[in-house]
Amino acid sequence: MSTTDYTPLMLSLKIAGISTVIVFITGVFFAHLLSRKQFFGKSVIESLFLLPLVLPPTVVGFGLLILFGKKGWIGSLLIEWFDVQIVFTWIGAVIASVVVSFPLMYQSASAAFGSLDSRMQNAARTMGASEWKVFRTITFPLAWPGLLAGLVLSFARGLGEFGATLMLAGYIPGKTDTIPMAIYFAVESGQMEKATFWVVIIVALGFSTIMWLNWWSRRNMERYKNGHT
Amino acid sequence: MSKKFWNCLVCLGLLLITAGCSAGESEEQVEVMISAAASLTDALTDMKASFESEHDNITLTFNFGSSGKLVQQIEQGAPSDIFLSASKKDMDTLEEGKLLLEGTRVDFTANELVLITNKDELLTVDSFEDIDPSTIAHFAIGEPEGVPVGRYTKEVLENIGLWDPLQDKMVLGSDVRQVLTHVEMGNADLGVVYSSDAKISDKVKVLAVASAEWHGPIVYPGAVVSETKHPEEAKAFLAYLTSDKGKEILKKYGFK
Repeated sequence: MSTTDYTPLMLSLKIAGISTVIVFITGVFFAHLLSRKQFFGKSVIESLFLLPLVLPPTVVGFGLLILFGKKGWIGSLLIEWFDVQIVFTWIGAVIASVVVSFPLMYQSASAAFGSLDSRMQNAARTMGASEWKVFRTITFPLAWPGLLAGLVLSFARGLGEFGATLMLAGYIPGKTDTIPMAIYFAVESGQMEKATFWVVIIVALGFSTIMWLNWWSRRNMERYKNGHT
Repeated sequence: MSKKFWNCLVCLGLLLITAGCSAGESEEQVEVMISAAASLTDALTDMKASFESEHDNITLTFNFGSSGKLVQQIEQGAPSDIFLSASKKDMDTLEEGKLLLEGTRVDFTANELVLITNKDELLTVDSFEDIDPSTIAHFAIGEPEGVPVGRYTKEVLENIGLWDPLQDKMVLGSDVRQVLTHVEMGNADLGVVYSSDAKISDKVKVLAVASAEWHGPIVYPGAVVSETKHPEEAKAFLAYLTSDKGKEILKKYGFK
C-alpha cells in the first residue's frame, strides 16, 4: 500500500483533537456551573445537553444544516459578517463532532463534580479562597479521573463521527474525508482492501485509547488506595 | 355521557381491531423485500399502493440506498428478494456472482442526467459546457466510484473536458438524494442528478440536460435475487413494473 493517502488519518486526528478541546472546556464549564445550582428548569437544560446522544445522526446533521447551511440561521450571518462558510469545510466536521460528543463530556463531568465532598470546597472558602482558586486547586484535581474519562470518550466519539459530518461537511477528498467516511465510500465502491486498511487503523486507535484509559484509571485507583494522591 | 357509554365504545373498538387482525391472517401474507436504488424512492412508494391493492397477499418492503451499497449488502447475504439497480454495472456484479435468479433480469426504465441549481440562484448556465469553474464554489455530484449517478457524471465531465478543472469544487454525495439536498439547501451552486430527481423537487431548477452521447446508457435493470424464498411473488412485482401501469407510474416521476 505504497500509494496510501494518509489525509483521512490526519484529518480525523485534527478534527477529533480540536473538537475534544472545545468540548472539554465547555463541558467542564457547564457541568461545574450547573452542579452548584438548583433552579427551575435545570432538568430541561440538562436534557437538552444530552439530546444529541440519543438522536439519530441524520437528525443532528439535518439540524446542523438548518443552522449552519449557506441559508441557515447562523450560516447566513457568518457569511454576511465574516465571509466564513461552515458547510463543506473541515470546520463543519469539527462542529458536528462537538455536538455529538458534548453530551459524553457533560455527563462525565457532571457525575465527577456531583460525587465530590462539598465540605472540602467549603473549608477552602472559609479560609478566603476565591471561587476560581477553589476550582483550580480542589474541585478540578479531585474530579480529574472523571473528567479524563469524559475527555477520552469524547475524543473516541469524535473520531468515529460519521452521519452528521457527512451531511454538514460533505465528502470532499483531501478536505473533509475522515476515516469513517473513507471506510464508507471504500465499501460502497467495492474497494475492500482500502476499507479493511482503514477499519484496522480506526479499531486500533479506538482500542488503544480505551485500553489506556482503563490502565490509567486502575493505576490511579491503586495510588488512591495506597494513599499517595 | 355516562361512563358505561365510553366503556362500550372501547369494547367495540377492541372488537373491531381483533376482527381486522383475524381477517388479515386468514390469507398467507408474503413480504417481498426490495432493495432499490435511492432514485426510485418516490416512484416505488407510489407503486406500492397500487400493486398491493391488486395483490392482497403481498406486502412490499423497500430498502433504498445507492446501488453500490445494495450490491454489497446482497453479497453479504442481506435478506432481499428483488434488486432494482440504477446501473448496469452493479447488476452485472451480482450476475457474475451468480446471485440472481436466472432469466429474471430485465431493463425496466431509463433516465437522463440534468444540471440543476437552486430556484433562488441567479447563476446563468445554459449547458454543461457552459460551466465556468471560477464562478462556482461547490459543485455537487455523486461519488464517482460507488454511486452510479456519480459515475455517469464523471463520464459526462470527462467527455466535455471539465472533470479536471472542476476537481477542487466537487462535493461528493453518498447517493443521488444527497446531491439533490446539497443543491436544494443552497449549499452547492450546481449539481448533477437524474431528471427524475429534479422533477420531484420544487426547490431546484433544471439548467441543462446532458447529451446521451456523453455517458453510457442510464438503464435501470431489475432482477429476482437467487436467495429469495418467494420467487413467484417477486416475479409478479417485476412483471407489474414492466407493465403499462408500472410504466405510467414511472413516467409520472420523470423516468423515461
